[in-house]
Amino acid sequence: MPVLNYIQAVKEALKEEMERDEKVYVLGEDVGVRGGVFRATEGLYEQFGELRVLDTPLAESAIAGVGIGSAMYGMRPVAEMQFADFIMPAVNQIISEAAKIRYRSNNDWHCPITIRAPYGGGVHGALYHSQSIEAVFANQPGLKIVMPSSPYDVKGLLKAAIRDDDPVLFLEHKRAYRLLKEEVPEGEYTLPIGKADVKRTGSDVTVITYGLCVHFAKEAAEKLEQQGISTEILDLRTVYPLDKEAIIHSASKTGKVLLVTEDNKEGSIIGEVAAIISEHCLFDLDAPIQRLAGPEVPAMPYAPTLEKEFMMNPDKIEAAIKDLAEF
Amino acid sequence: MVKSTLNFDKDQETLLSMYKEILLARRIDERMWLLNRAGTIPFVVSCQGQEVQQVAASFALNKEEDYVLPYYRDIGVVLHFGMTTRELFLQAFAKAEDPNSGGRQMPSHFGKKASRIVTGSSPVTTQVPHAVGFALSAKMEQKSFATFVTMGEGSANQGDFHEGLNFAAVHKLPVIFMVENNQYAISVPLSKQVACEKLSDRANGYGMPGITVDGNDPFAVYEAVKEARERALKGEGPTLIEAVSYRLTPHSSDDDDSGYRTKEEVDAAKEKDGLYTFYNQLKEKNILTAEIESEIEEMIKKEINEATEYAENAAYADASTITEHVYGVRR
Repeated sequence: MPVLNYIQAVKEALKEEMERDEKVYVLGEDVGVRGGVFRATEGLYEQFGELRVLDTPLAESAIAGVGIGSAMYGMRPVAEMQFADFIMPAVNQIISEAAKIRYRSNNDWHCPITIRAPYGGGVHGALYHSQSIEAVFANQPGLKIVMPSSPYDVKGLLKAAIRDDDPVLFLEHKRAYRLLKEEVPEGEYTLPIGKADVKRTGSDVTVITYGLCVHFAKEAAEKLEQQGISTEILDLRTVYPLDKEAIIHSASKTGKVLLVTEDNKEGSIIGEVAAIISEHCLFDLDAPIQRLAGPEVPAMPYAPTLEKEFMMNPDKIEAAIKDLAEF
Repeated sequence: MVKSTLNFDKDQETLLSMYKEILLARRIDERMWLLNRAGTIPFVVSCQGQEVQQVAASFALNKEEDYVLPYYRDIGVVLHFGMTTRELFLQAFAKAEDPNSGGRQMPSHFGKKASRIVTGSSPVTTQVPHAVGFALSAKMEQKSFATFVTMGEGSANQGDFHEGLNFAAVHKLPVIFMVENNQYAISVPLSKQVACEKLSDRANGYGMPGITVDGNDPFAVYEAVKEARERALKGEGPTLIEAVSYRLTPHSSDDDDSGYRTKEEVDAAKEKDGLYTFYNQLKEKNILTAEIESEIEEMIKKEINEATEYAENAAYADASTITEHVYGVRR
């Protein structure tokens, strides 16, 4: 089985979906001749031509809005935001339009668009090339937000997002692009949107997280295994709407829950996860729910000392799991 | 003055049909105000003063093939494209049978897929990039249809106006942008909205043709849209049309315009009301005879009475349906 890194899995999913369905096309800045600034669309322009790999003007609201219009017509657009930080001009199109089109038209119209955006830090990207933006969109019914943690999941979930009949925000951790590699099957498979995935089974502490933090949590769990601490890792995969059943099951199983995000803590995805656990698992808990997250500052600074202080890493997670295990 | 291909000698039937739709739009709107002032429906946002340009533009389109993205004043456009009087009253009363939204949206947030009327929202101008997306789809799929999108002149200042027009021009897409310049963005007059002489001047900056026409003149509007459609289908790209008229009512039933414009100004605009100019022309040419006139008025009155009664008695959506259609498959 071929080994692909995270960005190669993105590219393979796009290529296969474009080969499968002529209505699938990509649009964004630099996606054409350049093949994307992260090379996510490399080779697609040569294979599918400029109309299906469409270089657009630098205008995010139009990238989203034109994609939304074509999706209502019956196309399957995959719009790329070059960095998640630059999605803000498109927020009106995504929240007021894409998320509400089916509901507001009483199911007459729908909007099957996928919007891809690289998020996250640890790449010397500073305040405006490092942000986690999922919380901005994570209370908008009508929208789905997928944040895969591994190349295998990227391929299966991106294919599922493109085939989904509703708008999907597909957030890719840019540091994972070349950091994470694994075996990815050639050809056809999809993974279910809306379902979390147990990435590691364990009995002492449950870590619930998503994206690159899953990778960090795995490293921490392996180390702690040697010290006799057994960690379960639940990867949310879809951060909106959340897989409540899986969260409740995994939290109840160990009774000790650590929630991890790279985003700053207040108002983040893991706050909602904590609320679900509080509502449903009170009598199964053996310790207070713990949250590990970025600091309450506007965004990740550039200087290496400051960036490192902001970023999540395996050591921080290891220490937090240990504290919980000993509680 | 644009030389129109429509004329009084050979197009009498078409002109009468146009007049009927213009008048129907006006009478529907007037009835909605009555219902609102009687406390029967909570909200009206009006088409009065803009029906001529809406209907004339629609006549220049192909209602069997083209897509329209109307804004909230476009009763004239949606009527022509296949929304019925009954459906318009169903949405005014927010009843379950309303094809626009099943009573979910405020009135005049139009949408009906079967008639290729694309669903719209309240934040203005978001429909402009959508229209460009429909036009892009036509190009990709090699389909021969035009996309027609309207907006008020206030919308010409939104980012989506700029982003949408620029995108359409760069990719030479078959889309027609029509600004219905009614002189006011709620209370803000044109002079405080833009500093350019004509909104169509902006077209030059995008690299597309722009034209300003008298929105009260159905011949001029028809011709401008017809030409724009021909260019679109020939692969020559988008056109920006500014149709100038005047908003004869307050912004909406919740607005009082007496604080920001004079009665004299509104009365002067009423003198130029395109509906009555067109009416007088048709009378003069003896196309609209007294007999036809009373027939039309009678027919419209009956249609509106029936629609009002039907809509008033129709059922609201059941409260249990509130969670339906958030996603395509219920989770």
